[in-house]
Amino acid sequence: MYQYNEFDKAFLAERNRQFRAQVERRIAGNLTEDEFKPLRLMNGLYLQLHAYMLRVAIPYGTLSSDQMDTLALLAEKWDKGYGHFTTRQNIQYNWPKLKDVPDMLDALEKVGMHAIQTSGNTIRNVTADHFSGAAADEVEDPRPVAELIRQWSTDHPEFQFMGRKFKIAVSAGAQDRAVLKAHDLAIRIVKNEAGETGYQVLVGGGLGRTPMIGKVLNDFLPREDLLPYIEATVSVWNQTGRRDNKYKARIKITVHETGIDEFRAKVEERYKSVRPTFKGVDQALFAEIKQHFAPPAFRDAPTAAFDAAYDADPLFRSWVDTNLTEHHAPGYAIVTVSIKKHGDTPGDASAEQMRTLAQIARDYGHDELRISHEQNVILPHVHKSDLPAIYAALREVQLHTANIGLISDIIACPGMDYCALATARSIPVAQQIATRFAELKLEHDIGHLQIKISGCINACGHHHVGHIGILGLDRAGVENYQITLGGDATWDATIGQRAGPGFAYDEIVPAIERLVNGYLELRDSEEETFLQTYRRLGLAPFKTYLYPEVQANAA
Amino acid sequence: MPRAFTPKVITANALLEGDVIYFTTTDTWTRDMACAELLTDEAHAQLRLIEAQQQVDYVVGAYLADAVAGDNGPEPTHFREEFRRTGPSNYFHGKQAETQPQDGQTV
Repeated sequence: MYQYNEFDKAFLAERNRQFRAQVERRIAGNLTEDEFKPLRLMNGLYLQLHAYMLRVAIPYGTLSSDQMDTLALLAEKWDKGYGHFTTRQNIQYNWPKLKDVPDMLDALEKVGMHAIQTSGNTIRNVTADHFSGAAADEVEDPRPVAELIRQWSTDHPEFQFMGRKFKIAVSAGAQDRAVLKAHDLAIRIVKNEAGETGYQVLVGGGLGRTPMIGKVLNDFLPREDLLPYIEATVSVWNQTGRRDNKYKARIKITVHETGIDEFRAKVEERYKSVRPTFKGVDQALFAEIKQHFAPPAFRDAPTAAFDAAYDADPLFRSWVDTNLTEHHAPGYAIVTVSIKKHGDTPGDASAEQMRTLAQIARDYGHDELRISHEQNVILPHVHKSDLPAIYAALREVQLHTANIGLISDIIACPGMDYCALATARSIPVAQQIATRFAELKLEHDIGHLQIKISGCINACGHHHVGHIGILGLDRAGVENYQITLGGDATWDATIGQRAGPGFAYDEIVPAIERLVNGYLELRDSEEETFLQTYRRLGLAPFKTYLYPEVQANAA
Repeated sequence: MPRAFTPKVITANALLEGDVIYFTTTDTWTRDMACAELLTDEAHAQLRLIEAQQQVDYVVGAYLADAVAGDNGPEPTHFREEFRRTGPSNYFHGKQAETQPQDGQTV
C-alpha cells in the first residue's frame, strides 16, 4: 500500500489546518455560506436533508487495517455508529456536526486519509478494480497507475474549478469490474501485440441524466505518455466543455457534441504542448509508487482444513461457493464480504463490523481491505486454510451473508432518506426486495442478477447498468419507480431499456417479484442468467409479467 | 393565470448541527414543524423569507416549503418535507429519535 512521504504529510496537515480555520471563521460569522460552501465541498462536506454529510475518500478502494479502524472510530465518536460505503469506493458519514469535522479530518490524517476532492467540480477520487493485485485475469496491479493519477490530480491548479466534476477509473483485468465505460475517463491497462504494457484510454462515459457508454480515445498509449495524455484530455474538455448548462457540462456531452474523432484531434493538438512539460519526474515517481504495491509474501501451505470444512459445513460451503473469487496465487482466494445482509441498508457497516474486518485483515489478510463500487468489502489475499476461521469471525458480526452477485446484492444510493438531491427513497426498496427473496428462498435458484437502485436521475445507484434498474422519481408529489431492463456494467456495458410506466412505492416490490418469476419461466435452462434470457428474448415477454393487466385488457 | 398561493412554512438547516429547523412567528427557529409560523399570504411569506435568510450566522439554505394547517400546527404536504420532519426510514435516527423542543426555542 502507498505510504505517505513527508511531502504528503505536510500537505495534508496544512490543508486540514486551513479547513479548521475556515470552519472557525464560518461559525464566527466571518464567512458567509456562499463563501464557505465551495470550501467545505472541496473538503468533502455536504449539507444533506437531515444533517451534514462527510464523504471520505478511499483511493482506488484500498484500505489498511489501521485505516479501517479509524473509519470505525469516526463512526463511533462523531457519528451514529456506522458509515455508508458508496458506489465510488468512498465512505459517507451521515450525521457529523460542523464543529467536529476538523477533528474528524485530523483523525483521518493520522492514517493517511482525507476527504479532499470528494466533492466539487474537480477530479474526484480515482477508482479501480476492487480485485486489483489479486485477480487471476489482470495484466498487472492497476493501483500504482491510480495512485499516480491521484497524486497528479490532487490540488492540480488547472483542474480545481472546472465546469463539472470529473471521474476516472483504472482497471487491468480481462473482465471489467470497475465500470470503466461509465466514467468520464477510464484507463485500461493492456498489452499490445509486441507484448508491451500500455494503456487503452476511454472517454465520455457516464450515467446520470444522459447516460452514455465510454468510447475509445486512444487504443494504446505507451507508459510514459499517460499523464500528459490525460492532462491534455481534461484540459481540452475544461476549455471547450459547456458551462452554460450544468446538465450538458460533463465530458460525455462534449465528446458527443464534438464527435470522438474531432475530440481526439483536439486532444492530440493539446498534447503537443503538454507533453514537453513532463520531463520524466512522473516516471520517477511512478517507479517509486510501484514499490509500495509489491505483492505480499504469499505462503505455501496445505488447504486440507479448508477442504474438510467445505465438506462438513453446508453453510460454509454456500458462502464459499457464492462469495469467493479465484486468486492468482496458489492456495489463495479473494473473499467478498457482503455488506448486504437481507433487510439491512446496502453498504452500511457498523463500527463493530469495521473493527472486525480490520482485525480479520490483520490476522489473515496481509493487512489489506478493499471497498467495491458494489458496496461490499473485499479481503483480497486470503489463504484458503484460514477461510473457516474468517467465516466464523464474520458470523459473529452478521457479515457472513452468502449473496454476492445474487438478487439481494443490490446497489442502492442513499436516496431520499438522506440525500438532498433525491426524488424518492431507494434504501427501503432494496431492503424489501432482499427480504422478500430471502423469504421465497429463491435467490440461489435465480442466480446471477444485479439490481441497481437510484433515488434520482443522477444515477449514483447505477440503475442504467443494472440487469434490473430501478429509478425513483417524484410523480406529482408521490414516489414512483421506473424499471429498466438489460443494463450491463461489464466490458459489454449496455444502458438498460425502460420497461414501461412506473410503479408506486407499494407496487415496486411485487412488480420485481413478477418480473423475476417471469424470468424463471422464460429461461431455457438453470444456467441461463437473467441478462442472457433478456438478450435472447428482448423486452416484450418480460412486459407481460410486469404489466399483466395491460395484457389482459388487450386480450 | 398564476397559480394560487398555497400555505408555506420557512425551513432551513441549522448551521452548527445541520438539523432541520423552522421559522417561528417570533423570529426564532424551532426543530418542531408544528411550532412553525404558517404563512398564508404570499407577500408576507416573501417578506418573512427575507427576514429568515438574514440570520446567516444560524441557518443555511432557508426556503419556503408547502404546508397545511393541522390539528397541532403546520404539517407537510409533500413526502420530502415529511422525511425532513421525521428522519430517515432505515434507522430510528434524526428527529423521530430526538425529543421535540418547545415552541420558539432558538438553535
